[in-house]
Amino acid sequence: MQQVVQEIKNLSIGFTSKKGEQISILKNISTTINKGETVGIVGESGSGKSTLALAMMGYVKHGLFTISGECIYQSNDILKMKNRELENIRGRKIAMIPQNAGQSLTPNLKIGYQIDEALRLHTNFQKEDRDVKISELLNKVRLPSPETIAKRYPHELSGGQQQRVAVAMALAGSPDLLLLDEPTTGLDVTTQAHVLELLNFIAKDTGTSMVYVSHDLGAIAQVSDRVIVMYSGEIVLDGPVRTILKNPIHPYTYGLLKSIPKLTLSGLPNSMSGSQPQPGTIKEGCSFYDRCEFAEDKCKINSPELEFVSELNTSVRCFNHKKLHKKKDEDTKSSKKVLRKLTKNEILDISSVSISYAKQKFIEQLLNKIDDTNPTVKDINIKIDKGETLALVGESGSGKSTILKSIAGLIKAKDGIIKFDKNKILSNDLKKRDANYLRAIQLIFQNPDESLNPNHTVEEIVSQPLKLYFGLSGNELKQKIIEVLKKVRLGEFYLTRYPRQLSGGEKQRVAVARAFAAKPDIILCDEVTSALDVSVQAAVLNLLQELKVDFGTTYIFVSHDLAVVKAISDRVAVLYQGRLCEIGPSESVYKFPSHPYTEVLLGAVLEPDPDIKPKLVAEDIVEEKPPEKGCSFQGRCPRLLGQICKTDVPPWQIDENGNAIRCHIKINDLKNQQISN
Amino acid sequence: MTLVIKQEKPKSTFSKIVEIISTMASRPSGLIGLIILVFHVTLAITSPLYAPHDYKAIDPSLMLQAPSSEYWFGTDSLGRDVFTRTILGGRTALTVTFFGSLIALLWGGALGIFCGLVGGKIDDVVMRIIDAFLSIPWILAMLLIVSLLGTSTIVLIPALGFFYGKGIVRVARAATHDVIAKDFIVSARARGHGNFSIIWNEILPNVRDAIMVEGAMRWSWMLLGFSSLSFLGFGVSPPTPDWGLMISNARGLMSFAYWAVLAPIFGLSSLIIGINLTADAFAKALGIDRSTKAPV
Repeated sequence: MQQVVQEIKNLSIGFTSKKGEQISILKNISTTINKGETVGIVGESGSGKSTLALAMMGYVKHGLFTISGECIYQSNDILKMKNRELENIRGRKIAMIPQNAGQSLTPNLKIGYQIDEALRLHTNFQKEDRDVKISELLNKVRLPSPETIAKRYPHELSGGQQQRVAVAMALAGSPDLLLLDEPTTGLDVTTQAHVLELLNFIAKDTGTSMVYVSHDLGAIAQVSDRVIVMYSGEIVLDGPVRTILKNPIHPYTYGLLKSIPKLTLSGLPNSMSGSQPQPGTIKEGCSFYDRCEFAEDKCKINSPELEFVSELNTSVRCFNHKKLHKKKDEDTKSSKKVLRKLTKNEILDISSVSISYAKQKFIEQLLNKIDDTNPTVKDINIKIDKGETLALVGESGSGKSTILKSIAGLIKAKDGIIKFDKNKILSNDLKKRDANYLRAIQLIFQNPDESLNPNHTVEEIVSQPLKLYFGLSGNELKQKIIEVLKKVRLGEFYLTRYPRQLSGGEKQRVAVARAFAAKPDIILCDEVTSALDVSVQAAVLNLLQELKVDFGTTYIFVSHDLAVVKAISDRVAVLYQGRLCEIGPSESVYKFPSHPYTEVLLGAVLEPDPDIKPKLVAEDIVEEKPPEKGCSFQGRCPRLLGQICKTDVPPWQIDENGNAIRCHIKINDLKNQQISN
Repeated sequence: MTLVIKQEKPKSTFSKIVEIISTMASRPSGLIGLIILVFHVTLAITSPLYAPHDYKAIDPSLMLQAPSSEYWFGTDSLGRDVFTRTILGGRTALTVTFFGSLIALLWGGALGIFCGLVGGKIDDVVMRIIDAFLSIPWILAMLLIVSLLGTSTIVLIPALGFFYGKGIVRVARAATHDVIAKDFIVSARARGHGNFSIIWNEILPNVRDAIMVEGAMRWSWMLLGFSSLSFLGFGVSPPTPDWGLMISNARGLMSFAYWAVLAPIFGLSSLIIGINLTADAFAKALGIDRSTKAPV
């Protein structure tokens, strides 16, 4: 019999609506966390996963209350405990690692002091012992030279290092249970892989139980032994990680896994229709009924109970799970890829563009020149053909969004020329650009909450470009708006809605509609799917692909997610520190040989499959600014040749697939080295 | 798959106003504020119709009479009916300060949004000038203006409007700063909209509420300021009834004719409380929390 760390019995948490109804956020949750086990809780935003994790440490957010059930830790219900009693448990027995470590560390206290504070609260060590323990903890989370780190302030550390400090603080009281709320969500891909690997190591080393809350099935797959899938406040699936991810017997998980873009697949993933219901809207029947491919009439009236399937050791909340159990992976490989012949018809030519954020000195301002020998973005040469999708990938700080903004004219380039439609030079000053060129280039932003004016209706939002570029008004304008909305699969009744009345996916569709209303030639997509839930992401990607086929629009697609990029792009440009490392057709960029940086990035991608482990080839150091001379990747390169990389800028080499790589290593040597690994 | 979507009718401006007012009235403090304000406004408009006595009729034989059935609030040192003068005394103050706040709202809001949008050197210079004006005691400056140009409402409205608009400039600028970094502004810029269109379509709907609430707050401040001017003898000229002036005239006799000073004090303070409560309820109804913001 395994030792149980925490048992949750029939837990329901909810709030009272303005009309006085009781609305549940969590409905009858029952599960146990065993000693030494890592449980992943997955769900989209609003599924109640964070509320559950907080309840596990006896915390219920303001405005919410426990309707029924209990959370038992050491034979006591922690939800009924008083604050005094909770103080002895929180931090000591149950610790939490928050999503954004940068915000959870006190900015004006040194790292060492903050860890010392945690030790003082949660242990009985004397001062000398605590000092030893601080270095021990910092060592454990693999921070280099603990003595110097302890003397630093949080802002002097990188995001990954801050997250490691948060882990060290949580470990200070040697807790039985560690709760992690999206601990790697804000981090770069390579850093994320490193932190997950560390968490795995700590789980094995200390035998601590972990509850890992995330929306990212890739991360969950890497750390969890068991996975709980939540939907609309209910557990819909609960079982061992391999069963859940390889043989999902709940239609939601089945659909979710199919909607994730993966490196092993080519083309766009299938999308799921609809979105998660708002709390309180589903009165009877299965909460997934509306979106379910396998729904039957009985699902509408009866709510399924959690049922234990002994052969898979899994609990599932579905009447039809047997059907899914039989349905093997027959169609996972059959995702669609639109093959098109690209005609060489250049639409945008970016030549030797450099962008500097350096502040001009007064004299330079007068002379109108920028004296920056080491600009943030340097020597970007890309030619884009009509109807192509070019993806710019790289970690944060790689300059991908900066390049996008300079194409849109929002940032002035220091050097270089951007030519539109073969010979028309785009001015780097937005105000001097011809209205027709402004119309031709449209932007779609990452977060539709920010890019749509909250005080405008959908009609007003979409009418902006139509009025500005085509001077439409009256009935003609309205008809055109309805037509555009129809193209993004939104009905006429959306016209009078405000953004706050729409779901995340719908908002992004409105943003897409606004961009397409201008009949643009080029659409610049800045991380358009990063703020969306996985099932919605696939739908937006599919929509973009369809619109592109219909209109022949060119996309420049910026993303940090290599799997998404693989699904949608024709050509990929990999950037590091504002310099191009590699550019080529997407199939060949994802194959060998690749630039060492691309290799590092690809190795760190997390697949939703516990058997595919990320390959950590390089350290996750964060570089403040690009090196003055030599190769931009010299600081982290796992295949560093020697002095030449530090002094000379590497030359471009092109392989037989048309893939251009900027590296000193001969292209064939690179290929051999990477294959032998 | 069927999706049941609630159809929502677009709201007209009128129904929006009705909704805001009913939200305001749903809190006791908002309801009290609204009742006081409506009472004062009604009184100011209709009081000449039913004022029991002539406000300027001087009768030495009736000097400083205590409240009675004939003279409800007693009489003042010149034998004038205090009740009549009290119900008439808010008229000038309300009119002058209402239009004064409108002017403050307009110029303060416009300049604030402009500074927030353009930023840089222009913003720096304008804001330093505003800071400099804030450091001048406004009452001294007002006294200077009034003594040069006279005390007619044509002078008082723009002068008060100017001095009370400075605070609004800061609020409008701060509200614009919150909005300006958002992607929808970047998006409008990238589309090639001009500054005017960006202000009118993108910024104004988002800062309007904050500015209007600030304007309502300024109104009660201005009322106090205007009454202070009258008190000093620079506001309304006698014999026009005005609370500030009445307080000033009767304060020396407070020890034995308290009614002559209590009535205008009650009128003035209840109106200020009414405006303050209404402005607070208005802010809450629009979802702006004033309690977290320090007064400028």
